[in-house]
Amino acid sequence: MQNLRVIWAVFVKDVRLEWRHRETLAAMCVFGLLVVFLFNFAFESAREMSLRLLPGLLWIAFAFAGVIGFNRSFAAERENAGLEGLTLTPADPGALYLGKLLANLLFMIVAEVVIVFAASLWYNFSFIPVLGPFALVTGLGTLGYVAVGTIFGAVASNTRMREVMLPVLQFPASVPAFIAGIEGTTGALRGEPIAVYADWVNLLVAFCIIFLVLSYLLFEYVLEE
Amino acid sequence: MNNSTGRIAHLGLTIIWLLISLWMIFFYAPEEATMGEVQRIFYIHVPSAWTAFLGYFVVFLGSVAYLANRSQAADDLAHAAGEAGFVFCTCMIVTGPLWAKPAWGIWWTWDARLTTSFLLWLLYISYLMLRSYVFNPSRSALLAAVVGIIGFVDVPVNYMAIRWWRTQHPQPVIGGGEGSGLDPAMRLTLYVSAGAFFCLFAYLVRERAAIGKLRREVSAARRAAGLDDRKE
Repeated sequence: MQNLRVIWAVFVKDVRLEWRHRETLAAMCVFGLLVVFLFNFAFESAREMSLRLLPGLLWIAFAFAGVIGFNRSFAAERENAGLEGLTLTPADPGALYLGKLLANLLFMIVAEVVIVFAASLWYNFSFIPVLGPFALVTGLGTLGYVAVGTIFGAVASNTRMREVMLPVLQFPASVPAFIAGIEGTTGALRGEPIAVYADWVNLLVAFCIIFLVLSYLLFEYVLEE
Repeated sequence: MNNSTGRIAHLGLTIIWLLISLWMIFFYAPEEATMGEVQRIFYIHVPSAWTAFLGYFVVFLGSVAYLANRSQAADDLAHAAGEAGFVFCTCMIVTGPLWAKPAWGIWWTWDARLTTSFLLWLLYISYLMLRSYVFNPSRSALLAAVVGIIGFVDVPVNYMAIRWWRTQHPQPVIGGGEGSGLDPAMRLTLYVSAGAFFCLFAYLVRERAAIGKLRREVSAARRAAGLDDRKE
């Protein structure tokens, strides 16, 4: 109960902060849109090709947008020693982690909606008929990605050159979520029955569980002074 | 000093063992029927790979031990294994394509084993980069331990993901199929060579951990003498 209140408090704090200046979300969305836009030059957006390119394109845009979000999430905490303040409270570090995670998850989902909308428009692909399966796969993949990103964001915020350090930590560790996300999204966008790509969904669930639990347990050591 | 005698003995053993394994690789092991002489790189490549994976396992053990009891020795062990393991991992990544080109006709393919190995190399890099980018030593040890544990858990999950991913796609080449039909002389050479590599790895870890300990002592002495400690 106590933990739930801590999670909620941290989540509300992050959302309120973000609502007041809206810098991080704007950066994530603009950056994601730029990736989608640049892809258009890298690959001719032929109609028959778009189904093969779209999943990869979307996930690369999500990955880059996410890194920006996770970096900002802890950079802001460090600037005013906010994290130290949080550490001084008797709250469970794992609950602080979950609060940050939920806020990051929300920002990621908002950015993803914007990115998907733009991709749908620019690549002439309607997501509406496949929205359910697509949301399931993307949601699970995003949760896994954010689970890793939230703890690595906290780790990287302790380093010099944290903008470089975060992707160096984040990308290799989230390769399983990335592969499963892209493969699952491909299946979902093709409108295949879920049984065809159930392996990928299971892998995403496993990835989420493993890294949520691991990060929940390890977050305490990241905060330690 | 007892410790230094042990280290010299270890070094001597490593050198002799490596020389024996080199002799076996070039003179004892029979020539492979289809690939010819080039197959001998196998006795370098496979032991490097084993040592590289063993190295990250040692990083993981050191990290867990450090988080559990904060022993500096555990942190030194993890750091040393990270650096030494990275050397062997690089050796694997370099000798792999050298062998693949004559054997398969291509330098690289994204099959499960190659991709996992490359990923291990990236995990080593991120681990070592993190170590060098954190200013405060105790902070660095803590954060590196967290990253070492997450990275270690990531390797098998990755292997699963990549294997499924690859079996669902057409397989470009089938790898050498070693292990099953290996000639006894070849197998013996492989094991001797792997033993030599493990011995070398252990020696490097030992020396590197000793250097880590010395560094800490020097830095503590400088602090006690009131000298500027920021270089450390």
